[in-house]
Amino acid sequence: MSSLSPAVRDSYTMLRRNLLHARRYPSLTLNVLLMPIVLLLLFVYVFGDVMSAGIDGGGAGRAEYIAYLVPGILLMTIGGAPVGTAVSVAMDMTEGIIARFRTMAIHRGSLLIGHVVGSVLRAVISVVLVGAVAVAVGFRSTDASALEWLAALGLLALVATAFTWIAVGTGLASPNVEAASNNALPLMILPFLSSAFVPVDAMPGWFQPVAEYQPFTPAIETLRGLLLGSAIGNEWWITICWCLGLGTLGYFWATSLFHRDPR
Amino acid sequence: MTTTTSRPLAIAAEGLRKAYGDKTVLDGIDLAVPTGTVFSLLGPNGAGKTTAVKILSTLVTADAGDLRVGGHDLAVDPQAVRAAIGVTGQFSAVDGLITGEENMLLVADLHHLPRREGRRTTAALLERFGLVAAAKKPAVTYSGGMRRRLDIAMTLVGNPRIIFLDEPTTGLDPRSRHTMWGIIRELVAGGVTVFLTTQYLEEADELADRIAVLNDGRIAAQGNADELKRIVPGGHVRLRFADRSAYRSAAVALREVTADDEALTLRIPSDGSQRELRSLLDWLDSADIEADQLTVHTPDLDDVFFALTGGADKPAEAVR
Repeated sequence: MSSLSPAVRDSYTMLRRNLLHARRYPSLTLNVLLMPIVLLLLFVYVFGDVMSAGIDGGGAGRAEYIAYLVPGILLMTIGGAPVGTAVSVAMDMTEGIIARFRTMAIHRGSLLIGHVVGSVLRAVISVVLVGAVAVAVGFRSTDASALEWLAALGLLALVATAFTWIAVGTGLASPNVEAASNNALPLMILPFLSSAFVPVDAMPGWFQPVAEYQPFTPAIETLRGLLLGSAIGNEWWITICWCLGLGTLGYFWATSLFHRDPR
Repeated sequence: MTTTTSRPLAIAAEGLRKAYGDKTVLDGIDLAVPTGTVFSLLGPNGAGKTTAVKILSTLVTADAGDLRVGGHDLAVDPQAVRAAIGVTGQFSAVDGLITGEENMLLVADLHHLPRREGRRTTAALLERFGLVAAAKKPAVTYSGGMRRRLDIAMTLVGNPRIIFLDEPTTGLDPRSRHTMWGIIRELVAGGVTVFLTTQYLEEADELADRIAVLNDGRIAAQGNADELKRIVPGGHVRLRFADRSAYRSAAVALREVTADDEALTLRIPSDGSQRELRSLLDWLDSADIEADQLTVHTPDLDDVFFALTGGADKPAEAVR
């Protein structure tokens, strides 16, 4: 380890601390997992027959709806993670330990990087677990190649990273843990306003722009394309633009908040 | 620095200034702490002690001032300052969610100690601070005294040569306070420079080589305990009477007394020496006056403190 640069080394230490917290207090991670799984089961087994009427101009069966729903649910899993991140960042900032970190000769950004990498790792693990439940209830990809699976995972990780930086900024901007939880909530609502459950075409006309011009819809459409072979069109680069934009914004917002003098 | 001292200065501040909005917290203070000594910044709540520590420990930036810690300029090279110092703030800087041992190992990793050395240092410090039994328990479950000890233990992992302790004994019971004093004395014996803030005069008197009284953002007085005590008028003997007639006759007979008619007490200026006391007692006997209670009051830092920080005001709790 001693050959690594201090930045990498300190970030790795902070990541280990973050994962240790997650292991000791699994409830935050489990909460993140619970919602997409409940929604998946609810929409498949309770609303499934009604919802499938909105797919493919009606007449689609449950299997088609599962196929339609799962990419949205997977991204919803990513969308739920930032609340936990914002809360744990805010918690750190209200504790005395932050003063210790700030007065030690460590890499300045390591604490935030540890949070981000830890959150993304947990988000990806959550996605894998939710994906397993999806497979168990009947989700099958239609001849996705290994490369497409890899691209799908990369897409999910990219979205997770972008939203995590926003979440870190939210946590830093919040005066306390409760506020952080509230402030991060819109991030969690966003996937509901996307094409996760029904196609944008099936939504009321006035609402369509809301669903269209937000990051989750292109991300979900790209994921559908990768896993189900539907047309991706230009959705993939729109997704990448959203992610790079949000990620960069979140990064600069978070680091500038962090480098401010503490109260 | 133009100051010439026998020992190099571990901490030097000239014209340290800090304001939050239009509230001036530190109004141009000068501090000089020679290496290997204990310096105590004494003051009531809200005097600016914590702000001074936050600035000198790189947590907060000063508005103005030439500040050097461990020979490094705070404005130019804060990372070098950080490498030289250890800080134990007023609010324990421990991670409550993980165990005491994990806290120690975390800090060891952040100091880039090799794994084995980190474990050895951790074990040794946990032992030294009596935390072995609690090492595997989450730090949130610790008592105030234990948290404070863990806090100091974490500060010592990197073997800092300059240590800032911001009110290290506030909120501790008397036993824990004495334990903490013992720890601080050990540190100093090992050549460490200690910058201590406290609102307890006894603590400054016990530990500090040099004391600065901070009041309202300014240094009201600076010196060692004896020098400070010389600032205030000498001590006195206090006589308390049970009945009013004895009080009256004593008050009339004794010159130069401060009388308190309500409490039936007289204050007679005295240095508290055996000779003065004997002559006072002889005099009382010969005048056939019997006081209910006699107490000798030598000037202590409390007198200095009250004299410098606004007369008879009791130190105000809360606020800030």
